[in-house]
Amino acid sequence: MKKFVDLNLCAPIKDEKGEAEELIKSSAELGYNAIGVPIPIEATREEIQNLARMSNENNLDLIKRGNLRPRNVRELLSLLNVLRGKREVIAVYCDSKTIARQVAKDHRVDLISFPSLDPRRRFFDPAEAELASKTSAALEIDMAPLLTLGGFQRARLISRLRREVAIAEKFKVPIVISSGTSDKYLLRKPQDYASLAYLFDLSHQTARKALSEFPLRIVERNREKLDSGYVAPGVYIVRRGEDCHDV
Amino acid sequence: MRRRYIAVKIDVKQNIEGKELINAVSNSLLSLFGEYGASLAELTLIEHDPDANYAIFRCNHKALEMAKASIIAVREINRKKAATQIIYVSGTIKALKKKVQPITGQQASLRL
Repeated sequence: MKKFVDLNLCAPIKDEKGEAEELIKSSAELGYNAIGVPIPIEATREEIQNLARMSNENNLDLIKRGNLRPRNVRELLSLLNVLRGKREVIAVYCDSKTIARQVAKDHRVDLISFPSLDPRRRFFDPAEAELASKTSAALEIDMAPLLTLGGFQRARLISRLRREVAIAEKFKVPIVISSGTSDKYLLRKPQDYASLAYLFDLSHQTARKALSEFPLRIVERNREKLDSGYVAPGVYIVRRGEDCHDV
Repeated sequence: MRRRYIAVKIDVKQNIEGKELINAVSNSLLSLFGEYGASLAELTLIEHDPDANYAIFRCNHKALEMAKASIIAVREINRKKAATQIIYVSGTIKALKKKVQPITGQQASLRL
C-alpha cells in the first residue's frame, strides 16, 4: 500500500485550543501516514514531544520540518547552519531571486517554496530548475491557496503553477504537493489532491508520487544523515570499540 | 452517452439541503472551468443523504476530472465552512452503491 505524506501541515505548536490535535486527527482520517509539521527554532522539547505523542496516538509519523524565510543570502546560510542538523526537512520560502538561486544551489535545502501569489515574484524558471536538478531540492506546491483563492487571482496562480510544473518535469526536479493549511476544512485526501492537480496539468501518476514517493525519499535520506552512525554517503559506523593498538 | 457516478462525503457542521450542495458544486465548476466547461461536465446531483452527509453526483465520463476537481474545490456550502471527499467513482449507480454501503453503513438510503 502506498504511504502518503503531507509535508506541510501547519499545526500550531502551542496547542492551547486543541487545534493541532484536531488537525492531526483529520490528517489520519483522510489517509495520511506521515505529516510534516513546521517547528520553529524556539520550540521547546516538550512542545515537540507533545506533537509526537499526538501523532503517535493517531498512527502518524511526525516529520520535523524547518521553515526558513531569509531576507538575504547571508541570513539563509546562517539559518541553514543552525537548523540543518535539527530538522528532518528544510523548506525555504524564496522572496527574492538571489535567495531562490542560492537555495537551488545549496545541497542542504530539501524544498523550494514560493509563497507569493504574484507570478512575477515566483522565481521558478528554467535557470532555477537547472540548478535545482543538480542538487536534491524539490519544488513544493501548497494546495491551500487553490482552495481559498477565487476568480482572476486563482486563474493566475493556476497558470503559473502549470508553467512551473512543466519546467520541473523538463529538468527532472521532483515536485512535492502539500496541504499548507492550518484549517481542517482545507485539508483533502491525498487522492483528492492528485485530482486537483489536474488543474495545473500534473498527471495523476506524478501527483500521487508528489504525495508519497518524493516526500518519503526526502525524509528517508535526511533521517539517514541525522542518524548518529552516519559518516558520509555510503559510510556508516557499524560498531564502536577501542583504538587499534597494533596499527 | 457514457456517464460516471461520484460518491462524495461532505464534512460540514450543520445539515445542508441538496439544493445548497448542488449550488456550491455548480459555482465551483463555473468558477474553475467556466460556462463551456460546465456544459461539458453535465454535473447533476443524483442522491443526497443529509443525515449521513453523503451524496452521489453524475457527470459525463469525458469530464470526470473536471467534475472531481470542482467537487474537491468546494470549501463553503451556503456560507458554512465545508470540506468534500470523493469516496468512489463508478460507471453504474448500482456498483457505486454496493461500494459505498459498507462505508456509510446504510442500506441504499441515499435520496434527493
